[in-house]
Amino acid sequence: MLTALAIAAGLLSLSAPAQAAAPAANTSVSHHLAVSTAGHLSSSSDPSTWEYSIAGALKLNGKPVGGVVITATLGSFSAKGTSDAATGRWLIAVPEAGKYTVKIDESTLPKGFAVQNPVMTADLTQFSFAPVLFKFGGQVVATESVWQQLPGRLLAGLNFGLLLALSAIGISLIFGTTGLSNFAHGEMVTLGALFMWLFHASMGWPVVVAAVAAIIITAAFGWAQDAWLWKPLRKRRMGLNQMMIVSIGFSIVLRYLFLLLFNGDTKDIAGGAVSVKLGSIDTTDITLWGMVIALVALVGVALFLTRTRIGKATRAVSDNAALASATGIDVERIIRIVWVAAAALTGFAGVLYGLEFQANWLTGFDLLLLLFAAVTLGGLGTAFGATVGALIIGMVVELAPLFNIPNELRYAVALVILIVILIVRPQGVLGKKQRLG
Amino acid sequence: MDFGLIFNLTLGELIGVFTAAYALCALGLAMHFGYTGLLNFGQAAFAALGAYGYAFATLNWHWNMWGSFAFGVLCSVVFAVIMGIPTLRLRADYLAIVTIAAAQALYYAFGTSQFAWATGGSNGLSQFGTDFYAYNPIPVGRYSLGSLTFSEKEIWIRIVAWGLVAIVAVLLAVLTRSPWGRTLKGIREDEDAVRSLGKNVFVYKMQSLVLGGVIGSLGGMVFVLSSQTNQASTWVSNFTFMTWTVLLLGGAATILGPIVGSAVFFMFLMFTQTLLEGLVNTGAISFLSVAQVGQIRYLLVGLFLMLLVIFRPQGFFGNKKEMQFNG
Repeated sequence: MLTALAIAAGLLSLSAPAQAAAPAANTSVSHHLAVSTAGHLSSSSDPSTWEYSIAGALKLNGKPVGGVVITATLGSFSAKGTSDAATGRWLIAVPEAGKYTVKIDESTLPKGFAVQNPVMTADLTQFSFAPVLFKFGGQVVATESVWQQLPGRLLAGLNFGLLLALSAIGISLIFGTTGLSNFAHGEMVTLGALFMWLFHASMGWPVVVAAVAAIIITAAFGWAQDAWLWKPLRKRRMGLNQMMIVSIGFSIVLRYLFLLLFNGDTKDIAGGAVSVKLGSIDTTDITLWGMVIALVALVGVALFLTRTRIGKATRAVSDNAALASATGIDVERIIRIVWVAAAALTGFAGVLYGLEFQANWLTGFDLLLLLFAAVTLGGLGTAFGATVGALIIGMVVELAPLFNIPNELRYAVALVILIVILIVRPQGVLGKKQRLG
Repeated sequence: MDFGLIFNLTLGELIGVFTAAYALCALGLAMHFGYTGLLNFGQAAFAALGAYGYAFATLNWHWNMWGSFAFGVLCSVVFAVIMGIPTLRLRADYLAIVTIAAAQALYYAFGTSQFAWATGGSNGLSQFGTDFYAYNPIPVGRYSLGSLTFSEKEIWIRIVAWGLVAIVAVLLAVLTRSPWGRTLKGIREDEDAVRSLGKNVFVYKMQSLVLGGVIGSLGGMVFVLSSQTNQASTWVSNFTFMTWTVLLLGGAATILGPIVGSAVFFMFLMFTQTLLEGLVNTGAISFLSVAQVGQIRYLLVGLFLMLLVIFRPQGFFGNKKEMQFNG
């Protein structure tokens, strides 16, 4: 009863925006407004009554790391937490909703080790609890010159570019054969990563089995999407722009389904990696394996497209669907194959991304615009162009820190490059001029 | 469960500030998409520039309301011109990708600590509405409308917000019936035909992009002036997508559509939110938590958008012949 009252009071403040000091994150009347106001009612300056918390565990090669100081800040508010020596766990209670900046005090870390992202954000706008996982294995913070950092950055850029390429090829093939700019493509990355988490981290299946299962699920999802959504729409002769807006709606539905089913926390899928020294470059075994597998997959796609009958038919449909159909190619069958293959590749990218980094319900959506940038950069509708574009975007994102561009703006740089490319060479680096329209 | 409260809160959305702000943004989008056929997926950026422009000029330069207002408008004009020059000559979906990319890049830039001196970083800006509320002629106090009560500030922002909606609606109605507006519709239907009549299609498209963007920035200013807080996280791409849903709900090539669409949309959201929360709190629904209710609403937004575009692309008021989506 009391909570109902508190929430009712919180809701009332919605129609009274002047008194609502709560930050209006996301959009207008969203739920957290109500909760945060309710929080204000019950909370005082006593931290033990604070309803919001940020927590995580620090582990280095499976062993807990204690005594590390972590600070959460929001505006003028700041609170500290220290990791527990026995479990590596830390917890910071905070009074209100908002996007907290969580910073690890690097001077308290074990000597010679660093975390990949010493500053992270904890989004408490929609939830009362946010886990933050600091990952060891980044470069040691010692001041390295740009030239010393360059090899490591190049490797990271190549790795990220390969991951992007796997899913950008999917977007590109779908665009080529159906003309659809699929805004729900990122969600297939998320799907792959989240199912990898479910099978591997949660259910404990071996990596390979879990990965294959996750890829099969995304491939099936690609089949179902085309069979139940896109093919009927094509049959209605729906315009491409209209279909694009449908894909935007679909992406929203999928994202919030993921949020409902998998919760909003960021999931650590691999559970730590073994660090490897490659000459002067620090990396991990997972990254190296991921790069090798991604390369093999990309070569496989290239061979498929250029050497097999179905691959050639796919390119024919991309070039001119009517002409392909006239030569006896079953265009709908090719499109179905493209959807399944694109979904499988994208899900595969999600699996690798989840293993190497971490994943949550927004992972794919965050990558989506980078994928569009890659595809546009290489030239819309060509698989090879998408690969080149993805490698360039991957490099740009990873090399940006060398030019003193802060972490939060890495993706923005890639997007600015996308815009510049469209101004200078709208058909893309490898695209044909006729695709301009 | 208090159905009276649910009913009142739902009705309150009818005159809500956010409803008016979204109506303004959707009116701008109607100019872009409904009347000119421009696929702008960066309306959040126009709104954000209006909001940040206003707040920045007030806080950093101590400009009064009119100056800050003008600066917010100027920001979105500059943005529209920069976006328009490279893309308006290209196919429609290029504008879509460029606007959404630019809006996302701006969103990252607004939220980063790098530019915190101007944007406040992830904390955003606040307390920039003093001059705006100084114009408030309504005496201090609590006023009730039915069973809803408002402070004098809440009434003032509502009057201004809905006044702006009315002015913009009349302006658009006049403009779209003028020869200029008919040329825009001609561009939407067949660009080459209009070009063959000797019209400079690029200039017309640019004028439409700028005008619709400015209307969107008015929406952004209204949005942040209600609570005097402006945070980067407001201007995510979901803001744009909700504006699109509002627009398509009412009818893209109509004046009344975006306004009624916004009212219906927010009443629907408030109703489902309060009803579901009520059901969860009384234990009638046990498989959801209160936090998940908010998430379900967004899911419904996406579903709404899909179903609208598939089954009723012309919205409430639109004419199906006018809603071809070209392409």
